[in-house]
Amino acid sequence: MNEQDARQAVHTAIGQVAPDVDLDGLDEASRLRQDLELDSLDFLRLVETIDESTGVDIPERDYAEVSTVKGLIGYLVARG
Amino acid sequence: MGEFRMPSLGADMEHGKMVEWLVKPGDFVHRGDVVAVVDTDKTVMDVESFEEGVVAELLVDVGTTVPIGTPLARITQTPDDDAGAAPAAEGAAPAAAHVPPPVRHLAHQLGVDTSKIRGSGRHGALTRADVEHAAAAQLPSNAPAPHALAVSAAPHRAHVRSSPRARRLAKELGVDIGMVPGTGPDGAVTETDVRRAPSAAAPPAPEPPVPVPAPQKEVPAVGLGQPLPTSEPQDRVASLRRSVGSLMSRSKKSIPHYYLSTTLDLGAAVAWMEQVNLQRPVASRLVPSALLLKATALAARENPEVNGFFTDGDFRPSSSVHLGVAVALRHGGLVAPAIHDADTLAVDVLMQNLRDLVSRARAGHLQRSEMADPTITVTNLGDLGVEAVYGVIYPPQVAMVGLGRVVEQPWAQNGMLGVRPAVTATLSADHRVSDGLRGARFLARIDELLQKPEEL
Repeated sequence: MNEQDARQAVHTAIGQVAPDVDLDGLDEASRLRQDLELDSLDFLRLVETIDESTGVDIPERDYAEVSTVKGLIGYLVARG
Repeated sequence: MGEFRMPSLGADMEHGKMVEWLVKPGDFVHRGDVVAVVDTDKTVMDVESFEEGVVAELLVDVGTTVPIGTPLARITQTPDDDAGAAPAAEGAAPAAAHVPPPVRHLAHQLGVDTSKIRGSGRHGALTRADVEHAAAAQLPSNAPAPHALAVSAAPHRAHVRSSPRARRLAKELGVDIGMVPGTGPDGAVTETDVRRAPSAAAPPAPEPPVPVPAPQKEVPAVGLGQPLPTSEPQDRVASLRRSVGSLMSRSKKSIPHYYLSTTLDLGAAVAWMEQVNLQRPVASRLVPSALLLKATALAARENPEVNGFFTDGDFRPSSSVHLGVAVALRHGGLVAPAIHDADTLAVDVLMQNLRDLVSRARAGHLQRSEMADPTITVTNLGDLGVEAVYGVIYPPQVAMVGLGRVVEQPWAQNGMLGVRPAVTATLSADHRVSDGLRGARFLARIDELLQKPEEL
Protein backbone atom coordinates (compact mmCIF):
# COMPACT_ATOMS: atom_id res chain seq x y z
CA MET A 1 0.00 0.00 0.00
CA ASN A 2 1.38 3.44 -0.79
CA GLU A 3 1.68 6.08 1.87
CA GLN A 4 -1.20 8.16 0.60
CA ASP A 5 -3.66 5.25 0.74
CA ALA A 6 -2.39 4.25 4.14
CA ARG A 7 -2.83 7.79 5.45
CA GLN A 8 -6.32 7.93 3.99
CA ALA A 9 -7.28 4.61 5.62
CA VAL A 10 -5.92 5.73 8.98
CA HIS A 11 -7.69 9.09 8.83
CA THR A 12 -10.98 7.48 7.87
CA ALA A 13 -10.72 4.97 10.70
CA ILE A 14 -9.84 7.62 13.29
CA GLY A 15 -12.72 9.73 12.00
CA GLN A 16 -15.10 6.85 12.67
CA VAL A 17 -13.82 5.92 16.09
CA ALA A 18 -13.14 9.42 17.39
CA PRO A 19 -15.33 11.83 15.42
CA ASP A 20 -14.18 14.80 17.45
CA VAL A 21 -10.56 14.57 16.30
CA ASP A 22 -9.61 17.32 13.85
CA LEU A 23 -8.18 15.31 10.98
CA ASP A 24 -6.98 18.30 8.98
CA GLY A 25 -4.79 19.54 11.76
CA LEU A 26 -3.71 16.05 12.84
CA ASP A 27 -0.11 15.91 14.00
CA GLU A 28 1.21 12.54 12.91
CA ALA A 29 3.41 12.31 15.96
CA SER A 30 0.19 12.15 18.04
CA ARG A 31 -0.06 9.14 20.30
CA LEU A 32 -3.36 7.35 19.91
CA ARG A 33 -3.97 6.74 23.60
CA GLN A 34 -2.49 9.77 25.32
CA ASP A 35 -3.02 12.49 22.72
CA LEU A 36 -6.12 11.34 20.87
CA GLU A 37 -7.54 9.80 24.05
CA LEU A 38 -8.57 6.50 22.53
CA ASP A 39 -9.26 3.96 25.24
CA SER A 40 -8.64 0.24 24.84
CA LEU A 41 -12.08 -0.36 23.35
CA ASP A 42 -11.67 2.55 20.93
CA PHE A 43 -8.29 1.19 19.93
CA LEU A 44 -9.75 -2.25 19.32
CA ARG A 45 -12.40 -0.69 17.10
CA LEU A 46 -9.73 1.25 15.24
CA VAL A 47 -7.78 -1.94 14.55
CA GLU A 48 -11.01 -3.64 13.49
CA THR A 49 -11.99 -0.77 11.16
CA ILE A 50 -8.56 -0.78 9.53
CA ASP A 51 -8.72 -4.55 9.10
CA GLU A 52 -12.07 -4.18 7.33
CA SER A 53 -10.93 -1.39 5.03
CA THR A 54 -7.41 -2.55 4.18
CA GLY A 55 -7.30 -6.26 5.01
CA VAL A 56 -4.35 -5.66 7.34
CA ASP A 57 -4.92 -7.49 10.61
CA ILE A 58 -2.66 -6.03 13.26
CA PRO A 59 -1.88 -8.73 15.84
CA GLU A 60 -1.68 -7.80 19.48
CA ARG A 61 2.11 -8.26 19.64
CA ASP A 62 2.49 -5.40 17.15
CA TYR A 63 0.35 -2.93 19.09
CA ALA A 64 3.44 -1.14 20.38
CA GLU A 65 4.51 -0.34 16.80
CA VAL A 66 1.22 1.37 16.03
CA SER A 67 0.87 3.54 19.08
CA THR A 68 1.16 6.76 17.07
CA VAL A 69 -0.60 7.97 13.93
CA LYS A 70 2.72 7.89 12.10
CA GLY A 71 3.50 4.38 13.32
CA LEU A 72 0.13 3.15 12.18
CA ILE A 73 0.57 4.64 8.70
CA GLY A 74 4.06 3.16 8.45
CA TYR A 75 2.77 -0.25 9.52
CA LEU A 76 0.16 -0.24 6.76
CA VAL A 77 2.70 0.89 4.15
CA ALA A 78 4.94 -2.01 5.14
CA ARG A 79 2.26 -4.71 5.34
CA GLY A 80 -0.67 -3.53 3.24
CA MET B 1 -56.91 2.00 35.72
CA GLY B 2 -53.18 2.51 35.86
CA GLU B 3 -51.05 5.54 35.51
CA PHE B 4 -47.79 5.86 33.68
CA ARG B 5 -45.69 8.23 35.73
CA MET B 6 -42.47 10.14 35.20
CA PRO B 7 -39.96 7.56 36.42
CA SER B 8 -36.84 8.23 38.42
CA LEU B 9 -33.93 7.56 36.09
CA GLY B 10 -31.21 8.05 38.64
CA ALA B 11 -30.75 8.85 42.30
CA ASP B 12 -30.34 12.55 41.63
CA MET B 13 -33.14 13.08 39.14
CA GLU B 14 -35.88 15.45 40.25
CA HIS B 15 -37.74 16.15 37.05
CA GLY B 16 -37.85 15.13 33.43
CA LYS B 17 -38.93 16.65 30.16
CA MET B 18 -41.23 14.79 27.78
CA VAL B 19 -39.41 14.72 24.46
CA GLU B 20 -41.56 12.36 22.46
CA TRP B 21 -44.56 10.10 22.85
CA LEU B 22 -44.14 6.78 21.07
CA VAL B 23 -47.75 5.79 21.72
CA LYS B 24 -51.09 7.46 21.22
CA PRO B 25 -54.50 7.01 22.85
CA GLY B 26 -55.95 3.69 21.81
CA ASP B 27 -52.57 1.93 21.58
CA PHE B 28 -52.13 -1.28 23.50
CA VAL B 29 -48.96 -1.39 25.54
CA HIS B 30 -47.29 -4.32 27.22
CA ARG B 31 -45.27 -4.06 30.34
CA GLY B 32 -41.77 -3.19 29.19
CA ASP B 33 -42.78 -1.51 25.93
CA VAL B 34 -40.92 1.70 25.25
CA VAL B 35 -43.61 4.36 25.31
CA ALA B 36 -41.87 7.69 25.61
CA VAL B 37 -38.58 9.50 25.32
CA VAL B 38 -37.61 11.57 28.33
CA ASP B 39 -34.86 14.14 28.75
CA THR B 40 -33.30 14.35 32.19
CA ASP B 41 -30.77 17.01 33.03
CA LYS B 42 -28.12 14.66 31.81
CA THR B 43 -29.28 12.47 29.03
CA VAL B 44 -32.14 11.48 26.80
CA MET B 45 -33.59 8.07 27.53
CA ASP B 46 -36.18 5.63 26.31
CA VAL B 47 -38.76 4.93 29.01
CA GLU B 48 -40.86 1.79 29.19
CA SER B 49 -44.30 1.22 30.67
CA PHE B 50 -44.77 -0.68 33.92
CA GLU B 51 -48.44 -1.10 33.13
CA GLU B 52 -50.18 -3.21 30.58
CA GLY B 53 -53.31 -2.06 28.85
CA VAL B 54 -54.72 0.49 26.50
CA VAL B 55 -53.50 4.08 26.55
CA ALA B 56 -56.63 6.07 27.44
CA GLU B 57 -55.20 9.55 27.59
CA LEU B 58 -51.88 11.36 27.40
CA LEU B 59 -51.69 13.81 30.28
CA VAL B 60 -48.46 15.65 29.50
CA ASP B 61 -47.58 17.43 26.28
CA VAL B 62 -44.28 17.09 24.52
CA GLY B 63 -41.90 19.76 25.72
CA THR B 64 -43.31 19.87 29.25
CA THR B 65 -41.02 19.39 32.24
CA VAL B 66 -42.59 17.70 35.27
CA PRO B 67 -41.37 16.35 38.64
CA ILE B 68 -40.80 12.62 38.97
CA GLY B 69 -43.95 10.73 39.93
CA THR B 70 -46.20 13.00 37.86
CA PRO B 71 -48.80 10.97 35.95
CA LEU B 72 -47.96 11.14 32.25
CA ALA B 73 -50.67 8.93 30.82
CA ARG B 74 -53.71 6.96 31.90
CA ILE B 75 -53.59 3.30 31.00
CA THR B 76 -56.72 1.18 31.09
CA GLN B 77 -56.01 -2.40 32.05
CA THR B 78 -58.68 -3.80 29.76
CA PRO B 79 -60.76 -1.94 27.24
CA ASP B 80 -63.95 -2.54 29.31
CA ASP B 81 -62.37 -1.10 32.37
CA ASP B 82 -63.04 2.43 31.40
CA ALA B 83 -66.32 2.61 29.59
CA GLY B 84 -66.13 6.34 29.24
CA ALA B 85 -62.92 6.41 27.32
CA ALA B 86 -63.91 6.34 23.72
CA PRO B 87 -60.37 6.29 22.36
CA ALA B 88 -59.78 2.98 24.05
CA ALA B 89 -62.20 1.30 21.74
CA GLU B 90 -60.68 2.59 18.55
CA GLY B 91 -57.94 0.46 17.14
CA ALA B 92 -57.58 -1.25 20.46
CA ALA B 93 -58.62 -4.71 19.32
CA PRO B 94 -55.14 -5.42 20.36
CA ALA B 95 -55.33 -9.02 21.32
CA ALA B 96 -54.94 -9.72 17.61
CA ALA B 97 -51.23 -10.22 17.33
CA HIS B 98 -48.49 -10.13 19.86
CA VAL B 99 -46.02 -7.38 19.08
CA PRO B 100 -42.77 -7.68 21.00
CA PRO B 101 -41.51 -4.28 22.18
CA PRO B 102 -38.50 -4.05 19.86
CA VAL B 103 -40.75 -4.79 16.90
CA ARG B 104 -43.28 -2.25 18.08
CA HIS B 105 -40.50 0.28 18.35
CA LEU B 106 -39.34 -0.49 14.84
CA ALA B 107 -42.89 -0.23 13.56
CA HIS B 108 -43.19 3.16 15.16
CA GLN B 109 -39.98 4.30 13.56
CA LEU B 110 -40.96 3.07 10.15
CA GLY B 111 -44.45 4.46 10.50
CA VAL B 112 -46.12 1.08 10.21
CA ASP B 113 -49.51 0.42 11.83
CA THR B 114 -49.03 -2.97 13.48
CA SER B 115 -52.75 -3.63 13.67
CA LYS B 116 -52.87 -3.77 9.88
CA ILE B 117 -50.25 -6.40 9.29
CA ARG B 118 -50.28 -10.12 9.77
CA GLY B 119 -47.62 -11.70 11.92
CA SER B 120 -45.55 -14.57 10.63
CA GLY B 121 -43.92 -15.48 13.94
CA ARG B 122 -45.02 -17.99 16.54
CA HIS B 123 -48.72 -17.74 17.35
CA GLY B 124 -49.01 -15.00 14.79
CA ALA B 125 -46.56 -12.71 16.56
CA LEU B 126 -45.16 -9.90 14.47
CA THR B 127 -41.50 -10.08 13.56
CA ARG B 128 -39.08 -7.39 12.47
CA ALA B 129 -39.27 -8.76 8.96
CA ASP B 130 -43.07 -8.35 8.91
CA VAL B 131 -42.72 -4.74 9.86
CA GLU B 132 -39.95 -4.08 7.38
CA HIS B 133 -41.97 -5.68 4.60
CA ALA B 134 -44.98 -3.61 5.51
CA ALA B 135 -42.85 -0.47 5.57
CA ALA B 136 -41.39 -1.27 2.17
CA ALA B 137 -44.81 -2.04 0.78
CA GLN B 138 -46.41 1.15 1.92
CA LEU B 139 -43.70 3.44 0.63
CA PRO B 140 -44.55 3.49 -3.05
CA SER B 141 -48.25 4.07 -2.46
CA ASN B 142 -47.91 6.75 0.18
CA ALA B 143 -44.94 8.63 -1.08
CA PRO B 144 -43.63 9.82 -4.38
CA ALA B 145 -40.86 7.67 -5.74
CA PRO B 146 -37.73 8.57 -3.85
CA HIS B 147 -35.75 9.44 -6.93
CA ALA B 148 -38.39 11.89 -8.07
CA LEU B 149 -37.70 13.99 -5.02
CA ALA B 150 -35.66 16.71 -6.58
CA VAL B 151 -34.35 18.77 -3.76
CA SER B 152 -35.73 21.98 -5.14
CA ALA B 153 -39.19 20.49 -5.46
CA ALA B 154 -39.45 19.44 -1.87
CA PRO B 155 -40.78 22.31 0.17
CA HIS B 156 -38.69 23.03 3.21
CA ARG B 157 -40.52 22.73 6.47
CA ALA B 158 -39.38 24.38 9.64
CA HIS B 159 -41.22 22.01 11.94
CA VAL B 160 -40.78 18.40 11.09
CA ARG B 161 -42.33 15.44 12.83
CA SER B 162 -39.67 12.81 13.23
CA SER B 163 -38.24 10.38 15.72
CA PRO B 164 -35.03 11.22 17.60
CA ARG B 165 -33.36 8.37 15.78
CA ALA B 166 -34.35 9.76 12.40
CA ARG B 167 -33.02 13.18 13.40
CA ARG B 168 -29.80 11.67 14.62
CA LEU B 169 -29.40 9.70 11.44
CA ALA B 170 -30.13 12.80 9.38
CA LYS B 171 -27.36 14.66 11.13
CA GLU B 172 -24.99 11.76 10.67
CA LEU B 173 -25.72 11.61 6.98
CA GLY B 174 -25.66 15.36 6.57
CA VAL B 175 -29.29 15.40 5.46
CA ASP B 176 -31.48 18.43 6.12
CA ILE B 177 -34.46 16.76 7.70
CA GLY B 178 -36.67 19.69 6.74
CA MET B 179 -36.18 18.71 3.10
CA VAL B 180 -37.12 15.07 3.56
CA PRO B 181 -40.68 14.10 2.70
CA GLY B 182 -42.13 12.04 5.53
CA THR B 183 -44.00 8.82 4.95
CA GLY B 184 -44.77 8.03 8.58
CA PRO B 185 -47.97 8.83 10.51
CA ASP B 186 -49.08 12.41 9.88
CA GLY B 187 -46.18 12.86 7.51
CA ALA B 188 -43.56 12.08 10.13
CA VAL B 189 -40.07 11.59 8.75
CA THR B 190 -38.91 8.05 9.40
CA GLU B 191 -35.46 6.52 9.47
CA THR B 192 -36.13 4.98 6.06
CA ASP B 193 -37.07 8.37 4.63
CA VAL B 194 -33.78 9.77 5.83
CA ARG B 195 -31.83 6.87 4.40
CA ARG B 196 -33.45 7.39 1.04
CA ALA B 197 -32.80 11.08 0.99
CA PRO B 198 -29.07 11.22 0.26
CA SER B 199 -29.43 9.32 -2.99
CA ALA B 200 -31.76 11.99 -4.28
CA ALA B 201 -29.94 14.93 -2.82
CA ALA B 202 -26.48 16.20 -3.49
CA PRO B 203 -23.67 14.14 -1.99
CA PRO B 204 -23.83 14.49 1.75
CA ALA B 205 -21.86 17.40 3.05
CA PRO B 206 -18.66 16.32 4.78
CA GLU B 207 -20.09 17.64 7.97
CA PRO B 208 -18.46 16.57 11.19
CA PRO B 209 -20.53 13.88 12.86
CA VAL B 210 -22.91 14.89 15.58
CA PRO B 211 -21.36 15.50 18.92
CA VAL B 212 -22.61 13.05 21.48
CA PRO B 213 -25.35 14.74 23.46
CA ALA B 214 -23.07 14.41 26.46
CA PRO B 215 -25.22 12.26 28.65
CA GLN B 216 -23.55 12.36 31.97
CA LYS B 217 -23.97 10.30 35.04
CA GLU B 218 -23.02 10.92 38.58
CA VAL B 219 -20.00 8.74 38.66
CA PRO B 220 -17.41 10.61 40.51
CA ALA B 221 -13.99 10.48 39.12
CA VAL B 222 -11.46 12.26 37.13
CA GLY B 223 -12.77 13.20 33.74
CA LEU B 224 -15.81 15.10 34.88
CA GLY B 225 -13.84 18.26 34.46
CA GLN B 226 -13.06 17.65 30.83
CA PRO B 227 -14.21 20.41 28.52
CA LEU B 228 -17.65 19.98 27.09
CA PRO B 229 -18.33 20.76 23.47
CA THR B 230 -18.65 24.46 22.95
CA SER B 231 -21.95 23.97 21.16
CA GLU B 232 -23.46 22.66 24.38
CA PRO B 233 -25.86 25.25 25.74
CA GLN B 234 -24.52 26.85 28.85
CA ASP B 235 -27.54 26.00 30.99
CA ARG B 236 -27.17 22.34 30.15
CA VAL B 237 -23.57 22.36 31.26
CA ALA B 238 -24.56 24.16 34.43
CA SER B 239 -27.33 21.70 35.20
CA LEU B 240 -24.98 18.80 34.59
CA ARG B 241 -22.50 20.20 37.06
CA ARG B 242 -25.24 20.90 39.57
CA SER B 243 -26.57 17.39 39.42
CA VAL B 244 -23.16 15.78 39.71
CA GLY B 245 -22.33 18.15 42.56
CA SER B 246 -25.52 17.49 44.44
CA LEU B 247 -25.25 13.72 44.20
CA MET B 248 -21.60 13.68 45.21
CA SER B 249 -22.30 15.99 48.16
CA ARG B 250 -25.06 13.67 49.25
CA SER B 251 -22.76 10.67 48.91
CA LYS B 252 -19.97 12.27 50.92
CA LYS B 253 -22.38 13.60 53.58
CA SER B 254 -24.30 10.39 54.12
CA ILE B 255 -21.88 7.56 53.32
CA PRO B 256 -18.94 6.96 55.68
CA HIS B 257 -16.43 5.85 53.06
CA TYR B 258 -13.39 3.74 53.77
CA TYR B 259 -10.71 3.06 51.20
CA LEU B 260 -8.49 0.06 50.48
CA SER B 261 -6.01 -0.61 47.75
CA THR B 262 -4.14 -3.64 46.48
CA THR B 263 -2.04 -4.64 43.51
CA LEU B 264 -3.50 -7.30 41.24
CA ASP B 265 -1.04 -9.64 39.56
CA LEU B 266 -2.14 -9.85 35.94
CA GLY B 267 0.67 -12.14 34.76
CA ALA B 268 -1.56 -15.16 34.24
CA ALA B 269 -4.52 -13.18 32.95
CA VAL B 270 -2.58 -11.21 30.34
CA ALA B 271 -0.62 -14.26 29.15
CA TRP B 272 -3.85 -16.22 28.74
CA MET B 273 -5.56 -13.32 26.98
CA GLU B 274 -2.70 -12.84 24.51
CA GLN B 275 -2.76 -16.54 23.73
CA VAL B 276 -6.50 -16.45 23.11
CA ASN B 277 -6.32 -13.27 21.05
CA LEU B 278 -3.64 -14.71 18.83
CA GLN B 279 -6.15 -17.12 17.34
CA ARG B 280 -8.92 -14.59 16.97
CA PRO B 281 -9.97 -12.00 14.44
CA VAL B 282 -9.92 -8.46 15.79
CA ALA B 283 -13.67 -8.39 16.27
CA SER B 284 -13.63 -11.03 18.98
CA ARG B 285 -10.40 -10.12 20.77
CA LEU B 286 -10.48 -9.48 24.48
CA VAL B 287 -9.11 -6.55 26.46
CA PRO B 288 -7.87 -6.84 30.07
CA SER B 289 -10.93 -4.89 31.26
CA ALA B 290 -13.20 -7.80 30.32
CA LEU B 291 -11.28 -10.15 32.61
CA LEU B 292 -11.08 -7.58 35.40
CA LEU B 293 -14.82 -6.92 35.21
CA LYS B 294 -15.68 -10.60 35.26
CA ALA B 295 -13.45 -11.25 38.26
CA THR B 296 -14.96 -8.24 40.05
CA ALA B 297 -18.50 -9.44 39.37
CA LEU B 298 -17.73 -12.94 40.69
CA ALA B 299 -16.04 -11.54 43.80
CA ALA B 300 -19.04 -9.25 44.38
CA ARG B 301 -21.40 -12.21 44.25
CA GLU B 302 -19.35 -13.96 46.92
CA ASN B 303 -19.16 -10.84 49.10
CA PRO B 304 -22.71 -9.50 49.30
CA GLU B 305 -21.70 -6.62 51.61
CA VAL B 306 -20.40 -4.71 48.63
CA ASN B 307 -23.24 -5.53 46.26
CA GLY B 308 -26.65 -3.97 46.85
CA PHE B 309 -28.46 -0.86 47.98
CA PHE B 310 -28.57 1.07 51.23
CA THR B 311 -31.98 2.70 51.54
CA ASP B 312 -34.04 3.95 54.49
CA GLY B 313 -31.43 2.95 57.04
CA ASP B 314 -31.24 -0.63 55.79
CA PHE B 315 -28.86 -2.52 53.55
CA ARG B 316 -30.43 -4.85 51.05
CA PRO B 317 -27.89 -7.08 49.37
CA SER B 318 -28.69 -7.90 45.78
CA SER B 319 -28.87 -11.49 44.60
CA SER B 320 -27.83 -10.39 41.11
CA VAL B 321 -24.70 -8.52 40.17
CA HIS B 322 -25.48 -5.65 37.81
CA LEU B 323 -22.06 -4.22 37.25
CA GLY B 324 -22.04 -0.48 36.60
CA VAL B 325 -19.23 0.50 34.28
CA ALA B 326 -18.09 4.10 34.20
CA VAL B 327 -17.73 5.07 30.55
CA ALA B 328 -15.88 8.24 29.66
CA LEU B 329 -17.57 10.13 26.87
CA ARG B 330 -15.36 11.65 24.23
CA HIS B 331 -16.74 15.13 24.75
CA GLY B 332 -16.36 15.02 28.50
CA GLY B 333 -18.53 13.57 31.15
CA LEU B 334 -19.24 10.05 32.21
CA VAL B 335 -22.06 7.57 32.26
CA ALA B 336 -22.17 4.41 34.36
CA PRO B 337 -24.67 2.03 32.82
CA ALA B 338 -24.96 -1.56 34.05
CA ILE B 339 -23.94 -4.84 32.51
CA HIS B 340 -26.77 -6.99 33.82
CA ASP B 341 -25.93 -10.26 35.60
CA ALA B 342 -22.26 -9.77 34.82
CA ASP B 343 -21.30 -12.60 37.19
CA THR B 344 -23.13 -15.15 35.04
CA LEU B 345 -21.77 -14.07 31.65
CA ALA B 346 -18.95 -15.87 29.89
CA VAL B 347 -15.97 -13.57 29.38
CA ASP B 348 -16.61 -13.40 25.64
CA VAL B 349 -20.23 -12.40 26.16
CA LEU B 350 -19.23 -9.86 28.77
CA MET B 351 -16.68 -8.42 26.34
CA GLN B 352 -19.31 -8.04 23.61
CA ASN B 353 -21.76 -6.50 26.08
CA LEU B 354 -19.07 -4.10 27.22
CA ARG B 355 -18.33 -2.98 23.66
CA ASP B 356 -22.02 -2.65 22.93
CA LEU B 357 -22.67 -0.72 26.13
CA VAL B 358 -19.78 1.67 25.57
CA SER B 359 -20.76 2.42 22.00
CA ARG B 360 -24.40 2.97 22.97
CA ALA B 361 -23.40 5.10 25.93
CA ARG B 362 -21.38 7.30 23.63
CA ALA B 363 -24.17 7.50 21.09
CA GLY B 364 -26.82 8.23 23.74
CA HIS B 365 -28.88 5.05 23.26
CA LEU B 366 -28.95 3.68 26.77
CA GLN B 367 -32.01 1.99 28.20
CA ARG B 368 -33.64 3.19 31.40
CA SER B 369 -32.91 0.00 33.31
CA GLU B 370 -29.23 0.11 32.42
CA MET B 371 -28.95 3.57 33.91
CA ALA B 372 -31.02 2.97 37.01
CA ASP B 373 -29.97 -0.30 38.56
CA PRO B 374 -26.25 -1.01 38.92
CA THR B 375 -25.63 -2.83 42.23
CA ILE B 376 -21.91 -1.95 42.33
CA THR B 377 -19.86 0.26 40.01
CA VAL B 378 -16.39 -0.05 38.53
CA THR B 379 -14.45 2.94 37.30
CA ASN B 380 -11.65 2.02 35.00
CA LEU B 381 -9.38 4.97 34.44
CA GLY B 382 -6.45 2.87 33.39
CA ASP B 383 -6.76 4.03 29.82
CA LEU B 384 -6.36 7.62 30.93
CA GLY B 385 -3.03 6.73 32.41
CA VAL B 386 -3.39 7.02 36.18
CA GLU B 387 -2.18 4.24 38.41
CA ALA B 388 -4.95 4.37 40.96
CA VAL B 389 -8.39 5.91 41.30
CA TYR B 390 -10.38 6.27 44.52
CA GLY B 391 -14.02 6.62 43.57
CA VAL B 392 -16.92 8.25 45.36
CA ILE B 393 -19.74 5.77 45.97
CA TYR B 394 -22.83 6.33 43.91
CA PRO B 395 -25.81 6.13 46.31
CA PRO B 396 -27.75 4.00 47.03
CA GLN B 397 -24.90 1.62 46.12
CA VAL B 398 -22.39 0.74 48.83
CA ALA B 399 -19.16 0.19 46.95
CA MET B 400 -17.09 1.47 44.07
CA VAL B 401 -14.12 -0.36 42.60
CA GLY B 402 -11.37 1.66 40.93
CA LEU B 403 -9.01 0.10 38.42
CA GLY B 404 -5.87 1.87 37.32
CA ARG B 405 -3.53 1.40 34.40
CA VAL B 406 -2.07 -1.98 33.55
CA VAL B 407 1.68 -1.49 34.03
CA GLU B 408 4.71 -3.74 33.97
CA GLN B 409 6.12 -3.93 37.47
CA PRO B 410 9.10 -5.55 39.07
CA TRP B 411 7.66 -8.44 41.03
CA ALA B 412 9.35 -10.50 43.72
CA GLN B 413 8.18 -14.08 44.11
CA ASN B 414 9.84 -17.12 45.69
CA GLY B 415 13.02 -15.17 46.20
CA MET B 416 13.22 -14.21 42.54
CA LEU B 417 12.65 -10.86 40.93
CA GLY B 418 10.70 -10.73 37.70
CA VAL B 419 8.62 -8.34 35.66
CA ARG B 420 4.93 -8.79 35.18
CA PRO B 421 1.84 -6.78 34.30
CA ALA B 422 -0.09 -5.52 37.28
CA VAL B 423 -2.91 -3.16 38.08
CA THR B 424 -3.82 -1.22 41.22
CA ALA B 425 -7.35 -1.97 42.35
CA THR B 426 -9.03 0.19 44.96
CA LEU B 427 -12.23 -0.21 46.89
CA SER B 428 -14.32 2.63 48.27
CA ALA B 429 -16.91 1.03 50.51
CA ASP B 430 -19.67 2.04 52.92
CA HIS B 431 -18.75 1.56 56.59
CA ARG B 432 -22.41 1.28 57.55
CA VAL B 433 -22.46 -2.02 55.68
CA SER B 434 -18.97 -3.51 55.78
CA ASP B 435 -15.64 -3.26 57.53
CA GLY B 436 -12.14 -3.23 56.15
CA LEU B 437 -11.77 -6.94 56.71
CA ARG B 438 -14.66 -7.76 54.39
CA GLY B 439 -13.52 -5.18 51.89
CA ALA B 440 -10.04 -6.67 51.93
CA ARG B 441 -11.45 -10.15 51.37
CA PHE B 442 -13.37 -8.85 48.36
CA LEU B 443 -10.29 -7.26 46.77
CA ALA B 444 -8.14 -10.29 47.53
CA ARG B 445 -10.74 -12.53 45.92
CA ILE B 446 -10.53 -10.52 42.69
CA ASP B 447 -6.80 -11.19 42.61
CA GLU B 448 -7.30 -14.91 43.27
CA LEU B 449 -9.85 -15.24 40.50
CA LEU B 450 -7.51 -13.57 38.03
CA GLN B 451 -4.88 -16.25 38.61
CA LYS B 452 -7.09 -18.75 36.78
CA PRO B 453 -8.28 -16.70 33.84
CA GLU B 454 -9.42 -19.75 31.90
CA GLU B 455 -12.03 -20.42 34.59
CA LEU B 456 -13.51 -16.93 34.57
